[in-house]
Amino acid sequence: MLTLIEKAIIVNSKGISKEPQDVLIDKGVIVKIGKISNPDAKVIEANEHYLLPGFIDLHCHLREPGQEHKETLETGIHSAAKGGFTSVVCMPNTNPVIDHAKIVEGILKEVKRIGLIHVFPAGAITRGQKGEELSDMLELKAAGCIALSDDGKSVQNSQLMRYALEYAKMAEILLMEHCEDATISKGMMNEGYYSTLLGLKGIPDIAETIIVARDIELARYLKTRIHFSHISSRRSVELIREAKAQGLQVTAEACPHHFSLTEKAVQGFDTNTKVNPPLRSREDVEAIKLALKDGTLDAISTDHAPHAQEEKELEFDAAPVGMIGFETALGLAVRELVEPKHITWSTLAEKMSSMPAKILGLDHKGEIAEGKDADLVLVDPKKEWIFTKEQIVSKSKNSPFIGEKLKGSIVFTMCNGKIVYQA
Amino acid sequence: MIGWKHGDLLELSDLSKEDIERVIETAKAFKEVSMRDIKKVPALRGKTVVMLFSEPSTRTRISFELAAKRLSADTLNVTVSASSLQKGETLLDMAKNIEAMNVDMIIVRHKSAGVPQILARELKPGVINAGDGCRSHPTQALLDLFTIQERLGRIDGLKVGIIGDVLHSRVARSNIYGLIKMGAKVTLCGPSTLIPPEIERQGVDVTYKLNEVVADADVLMCLRLQKERQEEKYLPSIREYVNAFGLTKEKLKQAKPDVLIMHPGPVNRGIELSAELADGVNSVILEQVTNGVAVRMAILYLLFGKKEKAS
Repeated sequence: MLTLIEKAIIVNSKGISKEPQDVLIDKGVIVKIGKISNPDAKVIEANEHYLLPGFIDLHCHLREPGQEHKETLETGIHSAAKGGFTSVVCMPNTNPVIDHAKIVEGILKEVKRIGLIHVFPAGAITRGQKGEELSDMLELKAAGCIALSDDGKSVQNSQLMRYALEYAKMAEILLMEHCEDATISKGMMNEGYYSTLLGLKGIPDIAETIIVARDIELARYLKTRIHFSHISSRRSVELIREAKAQGLQVTAEACPHHFSLTEKAVQGFDTNTKVNPPLRSREDVEAIKLALKDGTLDAISTDHAPHAQEEKELEFDAAPVGMIGFETALGLAVRELVEPKHITWSTLAEKMSSMPAKILGLDHKGEIAEGKDADLVLVDPKKEWIFTKEQIVSKSKNSPFIGEKLKGSIVFTMCNGKIVYQA
Repeated sequence: MIGWKHGDLLELSDLSKEDIERVIETAKAFKEVSMRDIKKVPALRGKTVVMLFSEPSTRTRISFELAAKRLSADTLNVTVSASSLQKGETLLDMAKNIEAMNVDMIIVRHKSAGVPQILARELKPGVINAGDGCRSHPTQALLDLFTIQERLGRIDGLKVGIIGDVLHSRVARSNIYGLIKMGAKVTLCGPSTLIPPEIERQGVDVTYKLNEVVADADVLMCLRLQKERQEEKYLPSIREYVNAFGLTKEKLKQAKPDVLIMHPGPVNRGIELSAELADGVNSVILEQVTNGVAVRMAILYLLFGKKEKAS
């Protein structure tokens, strides 16, 4: 069956089309781009809105198995599709942890049943994410894991991290590090003036940078690659910039909340602002934005982390960390980065599609071109909208952005040539 | 209540200089009531005040309870577990249950910073913060200001030293705001590991040398040192702490002879303050306790006078 998207402004990482283009899709693949008329094709009118490659999220939590009260694969996938995501990497801190092929198979089976978008599980680096022994990486890869992460914590032991990197290099699987030195990170918010003011125990940026620095040295020594998840601080960015300048195989991502909010947002004790790594200072936020612009940070990920209402309606100390992120990612990126002309729409497509595809080795994704997968998202770039609790599709509603005006509205999301979300 | 706009007291920085002066003036009158033979006025007759305490606190709870009773309010004590998680009931659930019984004021003490804010945001009754985590203890700071004002006749221009574990002290945080607001000059002194980051931005000086702060202070506030701080590795030993930061008669020799020694209680005698000094002529520690009742009466009276709760 042929599908024809008519009159779309095509936004790729390398540029934006001057004239509206038509995109012909056959069996889930883009077969032709240009001025096309095809009487056999089902026509979808794009009305000169922006057509971007479907977003690829390097970092999210879908909570299944084990925490279905927060999110299920089904609700998470619908939330992702609504946010324009056609591929997502889900973290292994489920219950049980994704550290065994059987668990990966179970997830992929359910994903296939739901069938809307691509879900790529990340397996655990260490068994049970305990930081004690390596997980069976070869087996995890064979079962379908696209990467490995102990997300929620770092591999604290440097010797074990060395082995993990060496073994992953052999297994040809990407290691994603959640950078946090646990001995210095026991706190509730960024350490500084505001933690002093609010009487909350601080998490200094060095909790992140110590691990970033260590892992850069490990990657240098072992001549291998590493990816840094949800980078939040200015100093981490500087370390990564320097490592890249030296030609090391380092990639990194940042999340919308780390370029949209500062630690000041914690002042009202809204537990939805409690997140790990914590919301940082104005200086850190500016550094993250600059690093996205200059390429030090390769990608924007969501760290979509759903928690049930009863879990977040607690004292600030007792509430779990994390906020949902799929449905606000584009709106925040446009409002904070594109609208103030900090980055272009093309750079946005690079951060949300083409670079994540490259990092994951998804050669057929991340660009709108003939022969590439028809994973697409159509965006009304000018439309402003209010993010309300009622419209949230995720099972959890833990967002500090509820009530805020966002810019850039998703018209539809297409995956494998099929519409998976329509506004 | 003309000119008083607060229905809650969540942190001291909600109050202006004029508000603080108003509390001090009002407390003066209520202190007089506490000295009478019949210590009761009918101001809050028919009102219900609930004390919701998650931390053991004998003196603050008793002080609030006496204050409310002397104003003829009905009082109720509710002890809650430190984390509402333990019962599978959220903090808000529990608070809303209390609200549903039509109470008029909730006085809350909680080990978690921000709890009074969360309650005030969600509930109709007024909320008074009786100490939240390491963050804020506004009535303690107000009674300290009252005590200084009463003893020395002014706050403006005084030099005040706050000594000890500032990092974990809600009393210090509230006093820093109040003292600076009223024109005092504040110097903090304590081990570097127990001084919070960027505290200077609040307009205080910091020294690690006790003699520097003792020498020219008009008021010395000692903070309680929790013995756990050594286990938490903030300190090499309690012994070293006492030597470097504990206030003793010997160290006080270089101070002004009429310097006021204050402490929010309970005192770790022989640690932050020697027993001799705690009971000595410079100490106003028991006066602080007496004044606490009057100040809390003033706060209850003023907050109830404001009919509509501040949004």
